[in-house]
Amino acid sequence: MIKITGLSYGHGAKPILDGIDAEIPAGRITALIGPNGAGKSTLLNLIAQQLAPSRGCISLDGMDAARIAPAQLARKMAVVAQNLTVASRVRVKDLIGFGRWPHSQGRLTAADRAAIGDAIELFGLAPLQQRFLDELSGGQRQRAFIAMAYAQDTGWLLLDEPLNNLDLHHARNLMAQLRSLAEQRGKGIVIVVHDLNYAISWSDHVVALKDGRAVFQGPVDEAASAASLTALYQTPVAITRIGGLPFAQYHR
Amino acid sequence: MADRRILGLGCLLAAAAALFLFWGLRGPTAYILELRMVKLAGLLSVGAAVGVATVLLQTISHNRILTPAFMGFDALFLLLQTGLVAGLGIAGSSRIPALAGFLLDAAVMMGAALVLFTSVLSRTRHDIQLMVLTGVVLGLMFRTLTAFVQRLMDPSEFSIVQARMFAQFGGIDSEALAVALGLMMLAFLWLWRNHAVLDVAALGRDTARSLGVGHDRLQLKVLCIIAALVSVSTALAGPIAFLGLLVTSLAHSLMRSHRHALLLPAAALISALILVAGQTVFERVLMLQSTLAVVIEFCGGLLFMFLLAKGKIR
Repeated sequence: MIKITGLSYGHGAKPILDGIDAEIPAGRITALIGPNGAGKSTLLNLIAQQLAPSRGCISLDGMDAARIAPAQLARKMAVVAQNLTVASRVRVKDLIGFGRWPHSQGRLTAADRAAIGDAIELFGLAPLQQRFLDELSGGQRQRAFIAMAYAQDTGWLLLDEPLNNLDLHHARNLMAQLRSLAEQRGKGIVIVVHDLNYAISWSDHVVALKDGRAVFQGPVDEAASAASLTALYQTPVAITRIGGLPFAQYHR
Repeated sequence: MADRRILGLGCLLAAAAALFLFWGLRGPTAYILELRMVKLAGLLSVGAAVGVATVLLQTISHNRILTPAFMGFDALFLLLQTGLVAGLGIAGSSRIPALAGFLLDAAVMMGAALVLFTSVLSRTRHDIQLMVLTGVVLGLMFRTLTAFVQRLMDPSEFSIVQARMFAQFGGIDSEALAVALGLMMLAFLWLWRNHAVLDVAALGRDTARSLGVGHDRLQLKVLCIIAALVSVSTALAGPIAFLGLLVTSLAHSLMRSHRHALLLPAAALISALILVAGQTVFERVLMLQSTLAVVIEFCGGLLFMFLLAKGKIR
């Protein structure tokens, strides 16, 4: 479990995050939702230890995350950032191989090679594995980075806007894969998603942010009600159920 | 498992070095050979230092058209030389032994680079673009200061300074060379043991950090190494701006790889090869006493524009 206590980021009259308390369950998909500028990506980066909070703390499976050595943290948590540009000319297969760095420090073992092959297979990257990263489309690059994080083989997986650049087919496939990783491998997955319907139909848990504060959180069925979502986005949102899954109707 | 291309470069370099040493060997053979050996060692170490330093700077700045020269290193070197001649006069400055002069140059350059990098890095939250910009501005300031001091000099002092303003491979001091080689070996030893982590750092700060690589400390270490290497090459032979840029673009197009285990040796070999072959052609074929660096700058600039226009540099 990730437990966030009194977390703030940024100083002055308008901090980016202001006193966030939240609990993110292990082995489940948790979506961070909220309007633009609410601080979702900042919260994700704070959890990932890419940023240091101005106040508050984050505990990861009972340990203070700020005190875990970077090399050890990389074996517990993998992160896919939103801005994925690489200056060096890397092939897809080599990029995924970097996911094994925390385990093997660049000397790949047979187990590492198996994990890399597994990731390539799972994310459908076999036809692209010899291509250079800068020759791929945005969506293909996105999938390569997610495959790298998967190859890192960590208990926690953090993804910032993983559906950006993905078409319907790949977006749905990715969510299904995350779902099975959570259910079958017990991975805790935290995602920032803009599309409300992807968030509520695929995830188990939501944490809603607005203006740097956590306005509501909990299991999707309880927390993501029409009233709370309407207030969160200041837009009328109706929740219906289609095939047993919640569906948010807000576009018209 | 040496790469074929690296081996090929190594063979070419060995051939160029042999040609440089033995072509047109007449008269007091042992004496001439000794002179040529010192010069060859100087060319090799300057070449390797420039090539490696440029690859390293490009890796940690995630930018493929930067060279250490952009950071104002050469300008600092010129200011130092001008300041020495202006402060001590011709007699005083020529009384400094070559070894001490080299150590002074190298120490001042490394010190200045470290002060610049550490102070700017901590203030700009590790924004390397801002740091580079600061380097460019400081370089401009050094250049202007140099020009100002030169206005105040008398013409004979100025001619001494001017002779040091272009890279020269003629007057390399063998003692200074030994110190430079020692410093370079330390840097290369570190790179030999840590080349793989540079591959991870090249992926970018966020990705490197999520893979458990302490990116900021690594960046500082690599900057120290760049400072050392550039000091070595600039103090030995004077400023060379375009060589690094030319060499890294050639190394990247030849190796087509992200691995520093391949890129670093390729850059070092290509760079040394250009210098040795260029110097051989210059001295033995064209019978010129002029400085090779001027030609390298010119051709380097042209080739770089050509590569850029053809879209070969990415």
